[in-house]
Amino acid sequence: MAQFSAEKLAKVNEIIARYPQGKQKSALIPVLHIAQEEFGGWLSAETMDYVASILKIEPIEVYEVATFYSMYNLKPVGKYVFEVCQTGPCMLNGSDDIIEYIKSKLGIKVGETTADGLFTLKTVECLGACGYAPMMQIGKHYREHLTKQKVDAIIDECERNAVTNN
Amino acid sequence: MGKKLLLEKAHVPGIRNYDVYRREGGYRAVEKALKTMSPDQVTEEVKKSGLRGRGGAGFPAGMKWSFLAKPEGVPRYLVCNADESEPGTFKDRYLMEFIPHLLVEGLIVASYALGSNRTFIYIRGEYAWIVDILEQAIAEAKNNGWLGKNILGSGFDCEIYVQRGAGAYICGEETALIESLEGKRGNPRIKPPFPAVKGLWDCPTVVNNVETIAAVVPIMNITGEEYAKIGVGKSTGTKLISACGNINKPGVYEIDMTISVEEFIYSEEYCGGIAQGKRLKACIPGGSSVPILPANLLLKTAKGENRMMNYESLSDGGFATGTMMGSGGFIVLDEDQCVVRHTLTLARFYRHESCGQCSPCREGTGWMEKILKNIEYGKGKKSDIDLLWDIQRKIEGNTICPLGDAAAWPVAAAIRHFRDEFEWHVQYPNAAQNRNYGLAHYADPLPVVAAPKA
Repeated sequence: MAQFSAEKLAKVNEIIARYPQGKQKSALIPVLHIAQEEFGGWLSAETMDYVASILKIEPIEVYEVATFYSMYNLKPVGKYVFEVCQTGPCMLNGSDDIIEYIKSKLGIKVGETTADGLFTLKTVECLGACGYAPMMQIGKHYREHLTKQKVDAIIDECERNAVTNN
Repeated sequence: MGKKLLLEKAHVPGIRNYDVYRREGGYRAVEKALKTMSPDQVTEEVKKSGLRGRGGAGFPAGMKWSFLAKPEGVPRYLVCNADESEPGTFKDRYLMEFIPHLLVEGLIVASYALGSNRTFIYIRGEYAWIVDILEQAIAEAKNNGWLGKNILGSGFDCEIYVQRGAGAYICGEETALIESLEGKRGNPRIKPPFPAVKGLWDCPTVVNNVETIAAVVPIMNITGEEYAKIGVGKSTGTKLISACGNINKPGVYEIDMTISVEEFIYSEEYCGGIAQGKRLKACIPGGSSVPILPANLLLKTAKGENRMMNYESLSDGGFATGTMMGSGGFIVLDEDQCVVRHTLTLARFYRHESCGQCSPCREGTGWMEKILKNIEYGKGKKSDIDLLWDIQRKIEGNTICPLGDAAAWPVAAAIRHFRDEFEWHVQYPNAAQNRNYGLAHYADPLPVVAAPKA
């Protein structure tokens, strides 16, 4: 099965060194982030078992954490995951319309991935961008003050990047 | 123009970088504390300042510090709560993004006061790019001798680490945050023991919000006594307010807690009035958990006095006619917004974020969302409104942590002040699908309030 590169393994060890001896379990959440990035954007049971072996904890300790936190994907997702905020302040600024627009534009429902594997649409709860609503997160970054035109541009941009990176 | 203590330098070009921050007077607070004061003197100074926790609870920060147990030979920890997740709140993000050294500086001073040699910033997982900004600031501080071993020859060692969460509002609750930092699910602990006695890895721990820690810097620089003179009564110093919703100028504002709510909403210096020339319907002034108020009660207390932007005035009248300062997440609703729909989004949020430990919260938040959904989508019954009231009442006070209360209060306040809007949804389900209720009688007649002359 897949394993961390030497570089990532060094990062993992650097994180473990932040905690007192024997408290390496504290590294679990950061290490799961690294694992998700490294192994295709989601956490398979295999990946979680691997993380458990690195941190010398039981696999169940990893499963219970991975299933608790909303940023971990427990099934495969598209190359670009659109996480659109739908909580109060974004709703007041038209997030419902943005979600509908993305659904119709990509031809998928919330929680689905496009057939080409490029886009997944998720709705999320407040991401702390209320003053810049409506917004969504794509990977590491926020896209704020969304309009239909902006959504069009973002989708174009993702499609172009996907072609260049292949 | 109110006094600025935190954001005064936020717009200096390059302030994110160490050199500029230092040139603008940065790290003077660390010099003062580590070279001229004992740790207890620093704590005393913070006590004198009257600084109240800026995460939402408003507990006096100096007092929290003085509760920290100090048994021999046991490490103590300072953890900075950067898990900002309360809907409407985005002030800590602003501080960390634009002036990260202010937080780092505050953390060094606070770590010195508390004797924390290993300090953690627990940041919500979604703020992924801010982790990079903070880690760069920490590295710069370390390279310049503000972190590491024997800082400024004081004999004090300190390292700061940034730990990312992974998407869970509950981790803003301090014991859930500690659990998460230990690599577990964010289930809040039963208290006592409090973190001050038994926190991170069972060691004495203080958890403080980002803004609270940042405020330690000006307190050091101008003294606690001077800090306490800013503001009014027990609302000392300045407070960051993140304003959003239907206003002309959403953003993060620093206020000195002496201005009125009306001025905050309508003046050009702050929110710039209601967007598109509409009228003010309601507002949640302290993050989604605090009670919503209709326009009339927002601008004036039940006694008819001007409502001010501070802890005491916002809570004047209790929950019957008042609200709370909370985290400073200021959410404004214009006349075209639907209170039922807005409350539904908040109920959905709390259902999503409940950790599931306590039945009243786990089950109750789900029921509240379902009932609100029915009412909003024209399938509600009149008895549902009473049922909703009954459920929220049974959650409040019956859970391990305050998330239960936080979920109950917005629903309770929406029914308390906007019951006729709920009833209208039930009576005229078709109309409710096609248009909003508009301003209710209690918000009318409200003259369009003019911005006060500066």
